[in-house]
Amino acid sequence: MSGEDLLVVRGLVAGYGAAPVLQAVDLSVPAGTIAAVVGANGAGKTTLLRALSGMIRPTAGQVVLAGEDLRGTPVEQLVRRGMAHVPEGRGVISELTVDENLRLGGLWRRDRADAGRALDEVYQLFEPLARRRRHLGHQLSGGERQMLALGRALVGRPRLLLLDEPSLGLAPRVVARTMALLRQLRDRTGLTVLLVEQNVRSALAVADQGVVMALGRVVIAAPATQLRDDADLRHAYLGF
Amino acid sequence: MDRFVFLTIDGLSRGAVYAAFALALVLIWRAARVVNFAQGAMAVAAAYVAYTVAAETGSYWLGFVVAIVAGLLLGALVDRAVMRFVDHTSPLNPVIVALGLVLLIQAVLGMLYGSEFRPAEAPFSRSALTVGGIAVLSPYDLFVFAAIGVVVVGLAWMFSRTPVGLRMRAAAFAPEVSRLLGVNVGGMLTLGWALASGVGALAAMLVIPTELGLHPHAMDLVFVSAFTAAVVGGLDSPPGAVVGGLVVGLLLSYVSGYAGSDLTPLAVLVLLLAVLLVRPGGLFAPVVARRV
Repeated sequence: MSGEDLLVVRGLVAGYGAAPVLQAVDLSVPAGTIAAVVGANGAGKTTLLRALSGMIRPTAGQVVLAGEDLRGTPVEQLVRRGMAHVPEGRGVISELTVDENLRLGGLWRRDRADAGRALDEVYQLFEPLARRRRHLGHQLSGGERQMLALGRALVGRPRLLLLDEPSLGLAPRVVARTMALLRQLRDRTGLTVLLVEQNVRSALAVADQGVVMALGRVVIAAPATQLRDDADLRHAYLGF
Repeated sequence: MDRFVFLTIDGLSRGAVYAAFALALVLIWRAARVVNFAQGAMAVAAAYVAYTVAAETGSYWLGFVVAIVAGLLLGALVDRAVMRFVDHTSPLNPVIVALGLVLLIQAVLGMLYGSEFRPAEAPFSRSALTVGGIAVLSPYDLFVFAAIGVVVVGLAWMFSRTPVGLRMRAAAFAPEVSRLLGVNVGGMLTLGWALASGVGALAAMLVIPTELGLHPHAMDLVFVSAFTAAVVGGLDSPPGAVVGGLVVGLLLSYVSGYAGSDLTPLAVLVLLLAVLLVRPGGLFAPVVARRV
C-alpha cells in the first residue's frame, strides 16, 4: 500500500447511552485504497461508520480526514470535507424521484456546472437509473436502489466513501457488480472506500486492506490478500 | 337561483382563505409533524402589527407587506425559541405547547391592544358587481382569489422546482439521510415554520376585514374551519388542503344561507367528525402500497 493516509482514526470511543459500543478503535485508510471492515454481528461495524460521519458523537478519540480533525464538525458539513456515507438500508428517499435523489447529492456544491457534469456521469455509469429518472424511490428494485444510493454519493465527488453493508439483501450477481464498480472507481478516480460487510468473502475479494472487528475493537488489520490466503489467520479471526 | 350563485361565490371566497390557512397547517405538519394549534393566534398577532403600521403610515399596502414579514419572522421565532426545545417523542407535547402559545399570544395582544373589536378596512370594495341582474364577485373577492392563487402556485412551484424546495422535502421525509447529503435540516425546519406562518398571516389579513374586525380571538373560528379543511384533505397533502378549504367554505356558506348562520360552527364539527370516522387519513391521503 502506498500513499498518504486519507483517514486516520485514533482511540475512537462511541456508542448509544452509557455503554460504549466502540472501545478505542484505531484504523487508517491510505488514499486511493479500499478497506473492508468485517466481523460478527454486534462487533460495532455500523457504529464505527456512524461515529465517523458524526451521526453519533464519539465520547473520546480522534477522526482525521486528509489531515483535518473532524471533531465538532456538524454532520451536514462532512460532505463538504469530502466524506460521503451511504447508510445501512441505503437511505434512498422513497418519496422523491430518482432524479431528485441524485440531484440532492450535489445540491451543496458551489460549482453548479461540475455538479451537473457529475450527475451526467452517474447516469452514464448506471444506465437503468437514466431510464427511470421520473420513477419514485419506492418503485425501484433492490439493485436499483443500491445504484441510486451509490450514485447519489458519487454526485458529490467524495474523496472518502463510507458504505454500510452494500451486499445486504442483494443477489450475488448484483453484489459482484457493485464490488467491481468500487474497484473501477478506485483505479479511475482515486476514490477511497471504507466498507463494512457481513459478506466477508466478497468484501476481502475487492479490498486492499481487511480490518477485523470484534466486541468494539479492531483485532487485526492486514492486507486483504493475507487475510484471504493465510489459512491460520482466517481461521483465528474469521472462523472459516 | 340568484341566492345559490351568491352563496357559491361567497363560499368559494371564504373557502380560499380556509384553503390558505389549511395549507399553512399542512406545511408545518409535513415539515415538523406538529399540528400548529397556535397558528390562528400567530396570524392575528401579525395582523395587529400590520394594522398598527397601516394606521401610523396611512398605507394599507405597507401594512399588508408588514403582516407577511411579521408572519414569517414569528414562525421562525416560534420554531427557534419554543418548538425546538419541545420533546417530540409524544405527539401530544407539541400540541400542548402550541395551546400554551395560543393563551400567551392572545393575552399579550389583549394587554397591548385591548380586547374590543377594532374595525379593519378592506382595500377594495366588498359590494358585489352585478352581471345580468345577478350579484357575482366583489372586487375584494377577486383580490382574495388572486392573492391566494399566487401563494398556492408559488409554493407549489417552489417545492417542486427549486433546490430549496427539494431540500425542504428531503429534510421532511428523511432528516438523517438529508444531513448526510449536506442539507441543513434545522434550517429547513425553520424555513418551513416561517413560510407556514407567513401564509397564515396572509390568510388573516384577507379574512379579518370580512368579519367583525380585529380581535385577539379573530381567527379562532377560522382556525377550526381550516383545521377541518386540512383534515378533509389529509394533513399530508397540500392539494388536499386547497380542495378541502374550498369544500368547507362552500358547505358553510350553504348551511349559513339556507339553514341559518347559527348552525355553521356545528356544521364544521359534524364534517370534521364524519371525516375522522369514515376516512381518518383524509380524502386525499396517498394510498400506501406497503410500508417498508
